[in-house]
Amino acid sequence: MMRPSLNLVVGSLLIGIVVAMAVTAFFWTPYSPMAVNLKARMVGPSASYLLGTDDFGRDVLSRLLVGASQSLTVAILTVALAVGIGATLGLISGYVRGMVDRVLMVVSDAILALPGTLLALGLMVIMGPNKYGVIFALGVAYSPSVLRIVRSSVLSVREREFVEASRVIGNSELQTMVRHVLPNSIAPLVVLATSMFGWVVLAESGLSFLGLGVPPPAPTWGNMLSAARPFLERAPWLGLAPGICISMTLLGINLLGDALRDRLDPRMERQ
Amino acid sequence: MPDDIPNSLLSVRSLSLTLKPELSILNDVSFDVAPGEIVALVGESGSGKTMLARGTMQLLPKGFTRTAGEILLDGRDVFAMSEAELRSMRGAKVGMIFQEPMVSLNPAMTIGNQLIEGLRLHERISVEAAWQRAVEMLGRVRIPDPEKCMAAFPHQFSGGMRQRIMIASVMLLKPKLLIADEPTTALDTLTQREVLEVMVELTKSSSTAVLLITHNLGLVAQYAQKMVVLERGRLVESGPVREILQHPRESYTRTLINALPQRDYGRPQIADAAPLITAKDLSVVFAGAGNMFSASEPKHAVKGVSVAVKPGEAVAVVGGSGSGKTTLGRAMLGLLPLAGGDITYRGVAMSQATRDQQRAFRLDCQLVFQDPYSSLDPRQKIFDIVAEPLNHGPALSKNERRDRVREMLEEVGLSGFGDRFPHALSGGQRQRVAIARAVIRNPAFVVADEPVSALDMTIQKQVLDLFRKLQERHGFACLFISHDLGAVSRVADRIIVMQSGAIVEQGSVEAILDRPNHDYTKALLEAAPTLSAVA
Repeated sequence: MMRPSLNLVVGSLLIGIVVAMAVTAFFWTPYSPMAVNLKARMVGPSASYLLGTDDFGRDVLSRLLVGASQSLTVAILTVALAVGIGATLGLISGYVRGMVDRVLMVVSDAILALPGTLLALGLMVIMGPNKYGVIFALGVAYSPSVLRIVRSSVLSVREREFVEASRVIGNSELQTMVRHVLPNSIAPLVVLATSMFGWVVLAESGLSFLGLGVPPPAPTWGNMLSAARPFLERAPWLGLAPGICISMTLLGINLLGDALRDRLDPRMERQ
Repeated sequence: MPDDIPNSLLSVRSLSLTLKPELSILNDVSFDVAPGEIVALVGESGSGKTMLARGTMQLLPKGFTRTAGEILLDGRDVFAMSEAELRSMRGAKVGMIFQEPMVSLNPAMTIGNQLIEGLRLHERISVEAAWQRAVEMLGRVRIPDPEKCMAAFPHQFSGGMRQRIMIASVMLLKPKLLIADEPTTALDTLTQREVLEVMVELTKSSSTAVLLITHNLGLVAQYAQKMVVLERGRLVESGPVREILQHPRESYTRTLINALPQRDYGRPQIADAAPLITAKDLSVVFAGAGNMFSASEPKHAVKGVSVAVKPGEAVAVVGGSGSGKTTLGRAMLGLLPLAGGDITYRGVAMSQATRDQQRAFRLDCQLVFQDPYSSLDPRQKIFDIVAEPLNHGPALSKNERRDRVREMLEEVGLSGFGDRFPHALSGGQRQRVAIARAVIRNPAFVVADEPVSALDMTIQKQVLDLFRKLQERHGFACLFISHDLGAVSRVADRIIVMQSGAIVEQGSVEAILDRPNHDYTKALLEAAPTLSAVA
């Protein structure tokens, strides 16, 4: 078999760390992530508080661990939602063409015309600030980009002869779509989905900053980062800790995405 | 030393090329091309002939290195030339025509600008003068209305026209040597002939030497004076064409010669029976593409064609590009909406058939595609590709299914290939996979749409023989679509000749090949590659 690439190894390692953090938070955190200790506000990293405390005296490490599970859940579910909506509609739009395609494209163009975060903001105002609201809003906001990518690769794949061959051997349109068109249109989507993972983490922090994300005091990396902003000079660990975590996750997920794309392509097997 | 052969324009001396250190591409190849001479470089895909041509232009892809020998052009080693010297050599001294006319012209530039670009790069000449010469050259390659052509874009021309434009653009610079790398492989036999005639005429009048790279010995016999046979990078035989074709010394050369289509009337008689499938007055119309403001004329691809195929009978449909033969094949499988006429299968008219009858018809009929590179799903393994049609037949257990696929793969000579992906197979092997997929469910009727025209001559013969063997063993009826009259005698009982959407002549293989009536049939026959030129 293929030797695992460096991308795969490093990517899995980074994502492994993040997942381990999220899992740990379910069972154990050094302190309660919400426990306010006004006597120990903005204490630097020390033996008792490994990553220091924030402006309310809450333990940064505990919040970071819990934040990992919050941020990962939001990011994974959002990407899954966006890909689910976008890929299904994109596949239909590109494969069926005609009126269906035109309507879907008009709707997706209309959504794309608004900045994603702005749209999510609007939806959040309606939904009220909570975790699932964030997921729904961002998922809907990002699905048109998925739709466009999938549609364009479906448009080129459907003209290839093996699609007609599939019909000739007796497959129904749905079988043809799922077995031959979808797998051959998926490669660009993997890359998009991994970078989208990063946008979601950032967008969630942006929404949190505006008070429309996952509501405080529940910690996410995003709202920790935005809460740290006023104190960056006095207490740099407040921003650095979630910042490094976000960067690590994005790097890891992008490396994994590259490795996955290569592996999904049978032509790469020889190299 | 170049003085040894004062008459040599291009002289390849014991040249060896390798790709990375371990893979030998060319091994100790030597031959000469004299000014004004047409030399054919013959071999199958992978014999290194294209790399030799690219070496002459110093356009080798990365990773190729010369390990021994030299390529002398006018006595100078091209491997020793500086980048500037090479630039002035390419185009002006040595011109090159590529295989794929569809991609070798820039789609975003008018023909005129492309022709002038090369001319003004190599010669100090005004735009007006260059334009004048380009128009004149287009006339010489028999492009109708050259002035209009100069302002047109490549997509407005057919493959044959584009290849002639390519020739015009290369010959404008009056090169001493023209390298033509399979210039007509992508074209049908009639167009192939037109293009080569133009090329030979033009090079003769400007005494340009031609290095014609091809796998088709018929073309060699017709046009070349000398030939060089390559097999896997090794020079097998070289000398005057007549001598080699009449008295080949090496067995490989004989294989190539035997691969040329030979008439073969040895097919068993077909039992007289009611037709399996009948197309009556079939018409297919494609809506014109047009543009945003006007729809263009609808195109009548097939105009009232009637065909009947008996069980087990193989009918060849022959015609040039645009004759409607492919459309007819698809329409008979019910893959295209009909503008008129009807298809009757086993006595049931499809226009009145129930859904179940239509589905049974669909499952009973199969199609083998022309291009084995795009007809196989690149993400499926060979085993899965061949097994997929079984999903729709009678239910099979996992073991039965596996045995059936293995048996089928063995029948097409691909045992042990089940675990590979299509990209790891050669064109001929892929076409075997496509045939296996079509035959595995024991269809009653198979349409083969130019199944061998994308393959080398030697591979063509193997695939045709396989097809014939399968057809005789499984007894399916077949519509064999081809542009090459020569190729179909091996597989067909009857030939139908089509031109612009209508049947112009039909009859038994003997009648069509030996006593053609229609002018178009005669032209097709004449263009078919044979060794008659030297025999």
